[in-house]
Amino acid sequence: MATVDTSLVHDAHTHEHDHHEPQSFWRTYVFSEDHKTIAKQYLITGILWAVIGISMSIIFRLQLGFPKMSMGWLKPILGEWINESNQLDPDFYLALVTMHGTIMVFFVLTAGLSGTFSNFLIPLQVGARDMASGFLNMLSYWFFFIAGVIMFFSIFIETGPAAGGWVVYPPLSALPQAHKGSQLGMTLWLVSMALFIVSQLLGGINYITTVINLRTRGMTFSKLPLTIWAFFLTAVLGLISFPVLLSAALLLIFDRSFGTSFYLSEIYINGEALPNVGGSPILFQHLFWFLGHPEVYIVMLPALGITSEIIATNSRKPIFGYRAMIASMLGIAFLAFIVWAHHMFVTGMNPFLGSIFMFLTLIIAVPSAVKAFNYITTLWRGNIRFTPAMLFSIGLVSFFISGGVTGLILGNSALDIQLHDTYFVVAHFHLVMGASSAFGLLAGVYHWFPKMFGRMMNDKLGYIHFWLTFAGIYCVFFPMHYTGIAGFPRRYYAFTSYEWTKTIFTDLNAFISIAAIVSFGAQFIFLFNFFYSLFRGRKASQNPWKSNTLEWTTPIEPGHGNWPGEIPAVYRWPYDYSKPGAADDFIPQTVPYSQTPESNLPHENELIAFEKEIEEAENLNDQFRQPH
Amino acid sequence: MVYLVGLLSIIFLALAALVVSRMAAVVRNVNGPVEEGRIGMSNRINGALFLVFFALAMIGFVVSFMSAKQYFLPEAGSIHGRRTDTLFWVSMSIVTAAFVVTNALLFFFAYKYQYREGKRASYYPENHKLELIWTVVPAVVMAVMVFTGWRAWRDIMSEAPQDAQVIEIVGKQFNWITRYPGIDDNKLGAYNYKLTDSNNEVGVDFSDEASFDDFVNSQGELHIPVGKPVLLKIRARDVLHSVFIPHLRVKMDAVPGMPTRFWFVADKTTEEMRNITGNPEFNYELACTEVCGRGHFSMRAKIVVEDEASWKKWCSDQKPLLTTYPEYASRIPANLKAKAAKYLPTETAAPSDSTTASTQQGGASSASVSLR
Repeated sequence: MATVDTSLVHDAHTHEHDHHEPQSFWRTYVFSEDHKTIAKQYLITGILWAVIGISMSIIFRLQLGFPKMSMGWLKPILGEWINESNQLDPDFYLALVTMHGTIMVFFVLTAGLSGTFSNFLIPLQVGARDMASGFLNMLSYWFFFIAGVIMFFSIFIETGPAAGGWVVYPPLSALPQAHKGSQLGMTLWLVSMALFIVSQLLGGINYITTVINLRTRGMTFSKLPLTIWAFFLTAVLGLISFPVLLSAALLLIFDRSFGTSFYLSEIYINGEALPNVGGSPILFQHLFWFLGHPEVYIVMLPALGITSEIIATNSRKPIFGYRAMIASMLGIAFLAFIVWAHHMFVTGMNPFLGSIFMFLTLIIAVPSAVKAFNYITTLWRGNIRFTPAMLFSIGLVSFFISGGVTGLILGNSALDIQLHDTYFVVAHFHLVMGASSAFGLLAGVYHWFPKMFGRMMNDKLGYIHFWLTFAGIYCVFFPMHYTGIAGFPRRYYAFTSYEWTKTIFTDLNAFISIAAIVSFGAQFIFLFNFFYSLFRGRKASQNPWKSNTLEWTTPIEPGHGNWPGEIPAVYRWPYDYSKPGAADDFIPQTVPYSQTPESNLPHENELIAFEKEIEEAENLNDQFRQPH
Repeated sequence: MVYLVGLLSIIFLALAALVVSRMAAVVRNVNGPVEEGRIGMSNRINGALFLVFFALAMIGFVVSFMSAKQYFLPEAGSIHGRRTDTLFWVSMSIVTAAFVVTNALLFFFAYKYQYREGKRASYYPENHKLELIWTVVPAVVMAVMVFTGWRAWRDIMSEAPQDAQVIEIVGKQFNWITRYPGIDDNKLGAYNYKLTDSNNEVGVDFSDEASFDDFVNSQGELHIPVGKPVLLKIRARDVLHSVFIPHLRVKMDAVPGMPTRFWFVADKTTEEMRNITGNPEFNYELACTEVCGRGHFSMRAKIVVEDEASWKKWCSDQKPLLTTYPEYASRIPANLKAKAAKYLPTETAAPSDSTTASTQQGGASSASVSLR
């Protein structure tokens, strides 16, 4: 029964398409329009950026953990940023913090996560030949690539990269005379981000169009895997919110270069009163966080989608509350747009507005809690296989809970007064969005590596990687709650200027730094495993995880168009694991109910009548059938 | 600390050795072809590790919490601060309980329901009653938390009492400047950022008579009367800053072009705090918490909370800005000259100078008109 895989490929359909000209190297691997290649390009680029971004955090963790340490050995890389007394320059500290945030949030967890898995999985899991527009998809990657090149260059210029925090609040970011990082580095940051936003929009339009239009026969929205729901809603979020960031960036470019006063008012700096009046720095914060908050969910939802799929597959159980999961994702996606000002409780915004946003913020915690409970219930009475992907998914749920609960504290404006911009916030968002979605990314790589490259990654190295990273990340971020509650402000180069911070927690800060270095070191196990398995890994089998979704019905290494013949039709939801009565503990989506009378539920027997319709329907959007 | 580092490095070395041996095994491919779908020892080890991890993590949590507790939420010296502290610990207990219970279930289920040969997972796709319960219960708990938090927020952010002592604090790269309304009229004078210069650091406008007795502390040292509402009027001169007084639970951004405010009652003097904390060196401090450039981490100002009598005495010891820099007298309009006279050294107010003073004044007043 479960051997439907390639037998569905009816010979009768092979005539339609296999005469593509063999494409040149450039068109196959570089300027490719194939969603699988583009996904791999996103993945590799994301991994490179992750290494750069995390290395930066290691350098500033050294500064925070061992403030007296001689950093002379970094001179070959950092040059003048290490001063004569072998200390890190405070300006460069801020540049590192800023670039770490920008790189991790946008380049790794937005482009690296969504870019990789939306591209790779949407066509494979909805049953499409490719994305709706392969050309736009290619443009999307190359815009991202150029954005990355510009951001990378900005690290090496004399005045350094942008350094006003990843939120780049004006007037600091608008006035070149205010800070070194607000000079050329800031200009490059803005140009890079503008290109990045273009890339995201091109990608997002494609994801949405593909999910809506190119689903195969029988693949209704109520049969979509949760991964696709998550990618779909993520793309919708991005499409609505990224243009607002673009507008914020454009106005900032005007303020910086063309003398406008959108964000500037009544400024006296370096002995000079600037002519700008009437602008508002708060306006920028509203525009920024209108993207910035949905961005949290843009980063988080794909990871949660990936986790849903992996936890169900490896627990050998249907995901608990499929509809509740969709409903909570829809709820999160909607509420994500009306909670942004909880980042701004103490910016001088009207306190009444603060009250409104506090109520809205705590509402969004409800669907998030529902998701966590549903994951836990999915494990309950399962038959769990701990593949590395499964371990990372369970780790994700743990981080999501641990980081999520402190959101209830920070979302409470009265408590936020003391905790705003302290390490408590740093701990909160690194757990709930940083570490969780990074775990989503890693889980996804371990789970879909066989589909991407036709080979398996080594399990045991995966286990070691997981346990070191999991423990390491808790050791890094859990103690940060403590320093936060003690009032340590974030983005501080050193804590030596204040009586209340200079004597305490020095050993705790050293501990955090050591844990960070160990966790970073553990990632090299992953890198080794990844690149070694790429070439020498064990060959993958057709369906190594015994999973139900469509991508495992393609050839082991799917070629152009994904399925050699007709795209299979879909008859059931993707979570028929361990169904009572069934011979195997999984029934792929392509198996009709008429073939499984032994395990059908009563309402499913009624669906058999409609199967003929699905079977005979045509994939009107199958690109292979269209003249071209 | 040394032991801790030593211990960690030993663990790390051991793990490194393990990793290297694994990698060597991978490279040599000693596993041979692994049988598809074989689930063996590793699964049991990983399952058990979840329990071990949870146990160790809980021990680590409790031990580290106990040792760090002494530094948490440093003694609050303000009335609203103690209210939010209580709220914080109540909320924290609720979320910690949720955190421990859910994580315990997650790890325990992972262990308990690990793969067993021949076992079948139960097909359990939904249970509406259960889902309803865990939607409604968190919603109710959160509603209560929000409501209590909102009431505190509303009170803290309410209009300051009429009798509140107004003090202006201005952030700049990289220090704070304070301005007091003066002992005579207790009213802050007007300001205009275009009047700012190296002596008149906060742009005091001397065409407003309320500004004559204002005195300014360019080191930002803040003196506050104990037990009396204090209204901080917060401004920034160049970029965003944020006033953070950790021991008074005060935080509010300083925004160029948009004055903000925060009022509070400090009810413990610096002396009292020294007794309570047992630290004879204790000082209230003011920090910046909005990144503002190179010196962000060291924008410190000292705060002295003292009883009203010594606060009044300190105020009367301060010299109004006009007295320190009498040349600003030229900006005073003619009709207010007389009122300003008591703040100016006698020689500048001498009648022999009146003709020059009036011509100067004419020029200055037209300048100040053009500034508006």
